[in-house]
Amino acid sequence: MANDRWNESQSERASRLMRIGIVGAGKMGLSHYAIANALPNASVAAVCDTSRYILSVLRKYAGIETHTSYEEMIDQTRLDCIFIATPTSMHFECAKHALERDLHVFVEKPLTLSASESRTLADLAAQRGRVNMVGFHNRYIGTFREARRLLEAGALGRVTSIHGSAIGPVVVKQQASTWRSRKAEGGGCLHDYACHVVDLMNFLVGPPTKVFKARMQSIFSRNVEDAVSAEFEYRGGAVGTLETNWSDDSVRKMTTKINIQCTNGELAVDRQELKVRCGTAFDVYQEGWNTRWITDLQEGVAFYLRGEEYTAQVAAFLSSIRSGSVVHENSFASAYETDRVLDLIARADQAAA
Amino acid sequence: MDRILFGDNQFFGVNHMSEEKARQQLVRFKETSSIIRVLDDAYDMGIRTFMCTTHDRIGEICDHMRANPARYRDFVYYPCMPYAHKYANSVSQVGVLETIQRFSTGGVINTLVRGAVGAVTQDIYALMTLLIDAEMKRFEGLNTPVIFIQNVVTDLLLGLRLHPVFAEFARYVQERYHAEPGFITMNLPLLLGALEEVGVKNPIVCANINKIGFRMCGGIEAYVEALRNRRCRPIAMSVFASGAIAPAQAIEWVCKLEGLQSIVFGASSPANIRHTKTLIENAWGLSN
Repeated sequence: MANDRWNESQSERASRLMRIGIVGAGKMGLSHYAIANALPNASVAAVCDTSRYILSVLRKYAGIETHTSYEEMIDQTRLDCIFIATPTSMHFECAKHALERDLHVFVEKPLTLSASESRTLADLAAQRGRVNMVGFHNRYIGTFREARRLLEAGALGRVTSIHGSAIGPVVVKQQASTWRSRKAEGGGCLHDYACHVVDLMNFLVGPPTKVFKARMQSIFSRNVEDAVSAEFEYRGGAVGTLETNWSDDSVRKMTTKINIQCTNGELAVDRQELKVRCGTAFDVYQEGWNTRWITDLQEGVAFYLRGEEYTAQVAAFLSSIRSGSVVHENSFASAYETDRVLDLIARADQAAA
Repeated sequence: MDRILFGDNQFFGVNHMSEEKARQQLVRFKETSSIIRVLDDAYDMGIRTFMCTTHDRIGEICDHMRANPARYRDFVYYPCMPYAHKYANSVSQVGVLETIQRFSTGGVINTLVRGAVGAVTQDIYALMTLLIDAEMKRFEGLNTPVIFIQNVVTDLLLGLRLHPVFAEFARYVQERYHAEPGFITMNLPLLLGALEEVGVKNPIVCANINKIGFRMCGGIEAYVEALRNRRCRPIAMSVFASGAIAPAQAIEWVCKLEGLQSIVFGASSPANIRHTKTLIENAWGLSN
């Protein structure tokens, strides 16, 4: 690993307060801020945003140092790491700047809007030996982790097909323009919503080798897609389908489901429930159908805000910094694989059009 | 405060165990009349307090109660605000300032010219009162002796270390609504420390308290210790851990906890309401 920015030994770093910078004080930025701040031995030292209103409130009531430029924040404040939760189009420049100044970097999903930029960041992070993580929080949900454990152990045989879906009520009527409704800034169902499912499918069965069909459809939005569907092919011959629609108000909030068929069983998993049909008994699973719930599959966390997974990912990021390990879930390299699939989906859609 | 309170998750598609079940419940309670039927069942069994999120549909329930004052003479609401999804979706869509304007319509803000909004919102206490008033509007004329902040907001403030906001919330609901402040949290031990620090005395707090420690941040031990030794009025929610614990076992464990004041639970059928109520009454030795 590269020399530590502050010239200290690992044991010194392991025992002191982690100093954190937040770039982007929107919903995710504030969520990371609150979680990181509540964890033991961590404290948010500075916040950067373009909204002077948000900054003045945080300065006045939380007594926090604020900046309107991330360069200024990074150069002027002693920080160990930053959390980047800006519109996606800004991730690349900001993460690159932070890595070049030897900060550890957490970036909200997706990593960037192009696979090649994501590759550049993954290489840079590896070269500088900095901890690098992307906020695909589903990978920290107990049900999905258990599904992966079963698949990795080969408990259900070889995967033959995977179906991933997400629906939710994000855009259920025509609405005002924000960065989420502008393609160039990272808006649209593909980069803002479908990316979660693509990443989860990658997590469970590995990335596809081919996207051979995809459609992106606008329902209420004028400039971006509200629904994405695609068909995948995997090494070893398995096939996959993806269906996402953020203009579906039949559910209260984002609902993500994965179904996987294997040669010796199958599973259906969402954030609360894991149903497994085993061809042969495995571990605690009996032959036939088994159901397990999040109440028994999720490890507790030190602070809860919106779900254990949000805290678990922040805790994993901070603990990697402390231990000096850069091997962890949701690395830039893994997020690059997701961005690569998103690129392929967009290209397949264009080809179809 | 009553010892047995009725919750509302079952009405609005909140189920921490199964998304399928959540969806079935959404379908079942699509009509407000079907919610009212269940509330009637609970009320007729002697459960008078309804702890409810300030969901859009709560307005229709309030209208019904206001129209039948004799029927619901002893009915008590504990509003829990805000219904966070409404705000979170809006913040993602249109940003913070636009959201404030959107949800405080009908309140003081309508009388302000657009340019003055910024100035008012610089003062988050003033802003908070506008939002509380907007949420409380639908409860006008009804009995709301305790007003809660939902856990997502309580815990956000806790993490941001904006603890003085708790004291200001307490002051405002006491002054304006003659109500006691309540705080829902997933981090009870941490919250109690923060409330003490800002001088909110003997607070009403509501948290997950269940035998398996599900969503009890800080751990079961810290919770049991806090209930026993800290001056507070705790309400247990999620006592069944979304169905992971058998009812009799769940109630037996939670009712033995020293210092626990009340239990809130949700159920949809008269049989389940009665069953849980009887379990609690027997465990606590309450008479029907």
